[in-house]
Amino acid sequence: MSDATAIPSPVSEPKRRNKLVEFFGRLVREKPLGTACGITILLLILGSIFANVLAPYPYYEMHLADRLTGSSAQYLLGTDQLGRDLLSRILYGARISLVVGLAATAISVTLSSLIGGLSGFLGGKFDLLVQRFCDAWETFPGLILLLTVMSIAGRGLPQIILVLGISGGLGGSRVIRGWVMSLKENDYFLAAEAVGNSKWRAFMRHVVPNVMPVVIIGFSMSIGGIIMSEASLSFLGFGLPVEFPSWGGMLSREGREFMEQAPWLAVWPGLCLTVLIYSLNMFGDAMRDLLDPRLRGAGN
Amino acid sequence: MRAYLIRRILLIIPTLSILSVLVFLSVRFIPGDTVDLIAARMETFLGPGAQVDRELIERMLGLDVPVYVQYGRWVGVLPTPDWVTGETQFKGLLQGSLGESLLRDTPITEMILERLPVTIELGVMALVLGLLIALPVGIYSAIRQDTAADYVGRSIAIIGIATPNFWLALMVMIFPAIWWGWSPPMEWVPFTEDPMGNLKILIIPSLILGTAGAAGTMRLTRTMMLEVLRQDYIRTAWSKGLSEKVVIMRHALRNALIPIVTLIGGQMPILVAGSVIIENIFNLPGMGRLLLTALGERDYPVVSGVNLFYATMVMASILLIDMLYPYLDPRIRYS
Repeated sequence: MSDATAIPSPVSEPKRRNKLVEFFGRLVREKPLGTACGITILLLILGSIFANVLAPYPYYEMHLADRLTGSSAQYLLGTDQLGRDLLSRILYGARISLVVGLAATAISVTLSSLIGGLSGFLGGKFDLLVQRFCDAWETFPGLILLLTVMSIAGRGLPQIILVLGISGGLGGSRVIRGWVMSLKENDYFLAAEAVGNSKWRAFMRHVVPNVMPVVIIGFSMSIGGIIMSEASLSFLGFGLPVEFPSWGGMLSREGREFMEQAPWLAVWPGLCLTVLIYSLNMFGDAMRDLLDPRLRGAGN
Repeated sequence: MRAYLIRRILLIIPTLSILSVLVFLSVRFIPGDTVDLIAARMETFLGPGAQVDRELIERMLGLDVPVYVQYGRWVGVLPTPDWVTGETQFKGLLQGSLGESLLRDTPITEMILERLPVTIELGVMALVLGLLIALPVGIYSAIRQDTAADYVGRSIAIIGIATPNFWLALMVMIFPAIWWGWSPPMEWVPFTEDPMGNLKILIIPSLILGTAGAAGTMRLTRTMMLEVLRQDYIRTAWSKGLSEKVVIMRHALRNALIPIVTLIGGQMPILVAGSVIIENIFNLPGMGRLLLTALGERDYPVVSGVNLFYATMVMASILLIDMLYPYLDPRIRYS
């Protein structure tokens, strides 16, 4: 834990300010692959933020004269059956993937910290009830559950974010609960209570800060899974409606229908999805190794 | 062991009960009234101007009673009256019935049992093929740690985890077709009619389904083998002059296998989810397609039935894996 603070360290002020710079230095030196993946993610984020500037055409603009054309100077990655520019659609698709990934992860972090924290902290009947509910929830194979819930919620962006966030939150609460329960048994927690702190204060001051790294790392690693779920749902026709250029939806509609005449429609969106998820996984691994060496190998 | 088994099975009861409530209630939240849906269908079937008796439809579907009574009938603790004769009889989950489809005059149990063999065959083949790839690569990667082969194996595994299986499936359908004019067979043939033809159809879908799990299994096999190879008893085995084959296969692998078996249990939900996508792409008449069709047609009793069946299957397989532990590792004694 943070036992390093027990001995006052003679670190001078200017050195501490450079902590961030130092951290990135370590990242580049020790994790070159992780750094490369981090840069890829950054590029994709920038590409999706500035999609409206970078994309040569609006993603919905049809050029009926240039249907299913291969890559050319005019359309770098070719066009689909309505003559829409594939590159533009992929850039906007990155925006969708990242918005869904980040928003759903934010919901899932909040929810699982709340449920897991309370369940681990309170214990007893509340814990038992919540755990049985989580058991039942987890017995469902993820995608089956998401398919059913999406057909209840209806297709749409807010729906998919909420559904992926809530279901991720219920699953993740298990990990948080486990950590909270094990931290509660630590001597320093008992000591904090013994010196007269209330149970609640001891929890907020001594358990919460120690769970935070697990929360941050665990969820930076779950973004990839959430993006993959969105793509799978959209591929099966239960994710985002047709108007959204979601990578999964593009693969399922244009990609599948025109795979003989225009294989590029099936190649590029999937390749981008693979690169994004690969980068997120590898970057997450690198961050975990640097931030919290105790967790090394936990994801294997 | 027996006491443990009984406790585990007893713990399943509350989980299954909550599950059945969730499955039953979730269907009620789906927008659009089922009665409206059927009334609309009957009107189009009977032609315009036909009088559709909504109360009759409600009675037919058993929707004329409060929700808790409906649930009781569905579970089979309350008797279900026949909507024509009024005769009551217990027919619910406890009697092994999942109800009937809204659109087809077939019991859901029958529909599931018809599709089940396809999904099980696909799942088992995927699991076996996955293990056949993952175990040797994982073991080799561990005993030749930090060599080129190790890096290649690990890189492929990490890329495999990131590759969506539906994209992989599309690539397998596109590139061999462009390069060699070959595409995977799509016409379904049951195993009982033409075993070879059946396996030919399933080999590619199950390979693709197997890869996702194989990547994870390979990584864990490597990690566990490395862990075990560092143990004292392995050093003893080497110093006794035993051959590499005996040390690796008999001394190391057997001990490394235990957590791998757990992982396989944990992969059941992934396999099930993957099978829905793979069945959809390769046009296989399994349970996943039944679910997608039912969701598309809003045939809700079928959705509930299939969901409950999937969940029970996953639960049973995890329990089965737990039961296997004492045989794999005699140190584990459940009490």
